[in-house]
Amino acid sequence: MSAPLGWLRRHLVVIAGLATLAYLTLPNVVVTVFSFNNPTGRFNYAWQEFSLEAWKDPCGVADMCGSLSLSLQIALWSTIGATVLGTMIAFALVRYRFRARGAVNSLIFLPMAMPEIVMAASLLALFLNMGIELGFWTILIAHVMFCLSFVVAAVKARVLSMDPRLEEAARDLYAGPVQTFLRVTLPIAAPGIAAGALLSFALSFDDFIITNFNSGNTVTFPMFVWGSAQRGTPVQINVIGTAMFVIAVLVVLAGQVVSSRRQKQKH
Amino acid sequence: MTATAAPPAPAPEAEPPVHKPSVRKRLVPYWLLLPGILWLLVFFVLPMAYQASTSVQTGSLEEGFQVTWHFQTYWDAFTEYYPQFLRSLLYAGTATVLCLLLGYPLAYLIAFRAGRWRNLLLILVIAPFFTSFLIRTLAWKTILADSGPVVEALNTLHVLDVTSWLGMTEGERVLATPLAVVCGLTYNFLPFMILPLYTSLERIDTRLHEAAGDLYATPATTFRKVTFPLSMPGVVSGTLLTFIPASGDYVNAELLGSTDTRMIGNVIQSQYLRILDYPTAAALSFILMAIVLIMVTIYIRRAGTEDLV
Repeated sequence: MSAPLGWLRRHLVVIAGLATLAYLTLPNVVVTVFSFNNPTGRFNYAWQEFSLEAWKDPCGVADMCGSLSLSLQIALWSTIGATVLGTMIAFALVRYRFRARGAVNSLIFLPMAMPEIVMAASLLALFLNMGIELGFWTILIAHVMFCLSFVVAAVKARVLSMDPRLEEAARDLYAGPVQTFLRVTLPIAAPGIAAGALLSFALSFDDFIITNFNSGNTVTFPMFVWGSAQRGTPVQINVIGTAMFVIAVLVVLAGQVVSSRRQKQKH
Repeated sequence: MTATAAPPAPAPEAEPPVHKPSVRKRLVPYWLLLPGILWLLVFFVLPMAYQASTSVQTGSLEEGFQVTWHFQTYWDAFTEYYPQFLRSLLYAGTATVLCLLLGYPLAYLIAFRAGRWRNLLLILVIAPFFTSFLIRTLAWKTILADSGPVVEALNTLHVLDVTSWLGMTEGERVLATPLAVVCGLTYNFLPFMILPLYTSLERIDTRLHEAAGDLYATPATTFRKVTFPLSMPGVVSGTLLTFIPASGDYVNAELLGSTDTRMIGNVIQSQYLRILDYPTAAALSFILMAIVLIMVTIYIRRAGTEDLV
């Protein structure tokens, strides 16, 4: 076998893996590049010329920033709701024995194992039959519902891996149940709760299918993008997409730096 | 996770009866469960019941709908829309296979070959999530644009000849064809395949690879006999996390496809939100749920990993 072929064979996995990574990242690159476009016509799909117009006036499109702030509010409230309810369920599941445990477990699992459209449609059937007006509250209810299971899964994993002797030790040192929970259990469970909360925020903020069914005339940011795909896509959509991406990457990098510093301090 | 998995259980019946825990204490887990479970019962289980009742109603929007136990709706809906059902399963299945083929090398690369680049690569895999998925799906309209660089390249390499022979494309276009929809589905659910694959690959003891090598296994045999079987839990949960959402998706078919690529999600969406034929829409979504649940159950049985949940 010739040398280049041998090299290719040894690095086949690396090449294939990096090709997949390129496939995954290409749309993000396109979104960023096209945030500097100056398109002719209503749609921002073909490159024309470099322009900073959209970045100078990100809220220049009617209703877009309103929808963005609505999405952030809904994401915030549904994160709080789902995190509180989900954490309570996770603690009950891990720390207590009770009847109907299996039923509770399947009830938590089912929303994650169902096509989103089935939940979306059935929730709409409920709201229609009850005559409830669709809008902010129905979106919030739906988001708390589907985020709940993910919080339970995240918190459960963390609490399961935690040493129960720590709590026993606290009790031996005359800490009351409330004190034990606040000073020992909660700090240890915190990373799981934080992971669940972050996941909820991301899921709620980016949710489209359930929101599409249960929003009525209320327009969240994904609903705005969906509508603009029919009416014409303003460049500002790409500006928001790029800004979101940059902020999230910075947050992740900051988190990495903080945790690696902490690790160094420990050693 | 084995020893600590059993909780200390301040459970009344398990504890030696030094003092009987008060009723209040015994009720603690139920109070913890109550709000969340109530939420799921009212907004997840009850809606299913309402949808079941909607699916057997007849009537019109003007006169109102009444429950008439009209099960015929199910048969009518299925016979009218079975092409869309088949198409959904076909597209979702193809996308799942493509996700596995594309995702496996990357998960393998991150788990075994990345070294100090591991964290960076993992961040790059989840990074797309940081931008709204609708915006990213719209970006495929630019990438796959007619006579754009990608389509030109595929054309020059005669890939489009193969795909049009397979019925995936038509002429020198990719947008508005099944290929574009499958490409979008694959793209959207790829991270859901890579992450579970990575988790199960990362747990594999690399000394097993060395042992296989010492026993004169070629790299290919090592992969087939050692690595792949050990990564099965990741393969199973990755394929489920890809197939289930892809089968009910209508975003990719709407944005990247045409009227010839409508999936069952598009039908349910337009029946519910535009045509307002609620009984048909409810019946269709129940049929979709049944198909998915049955397929998933059979798949999990055959893959032999029932301790998935």
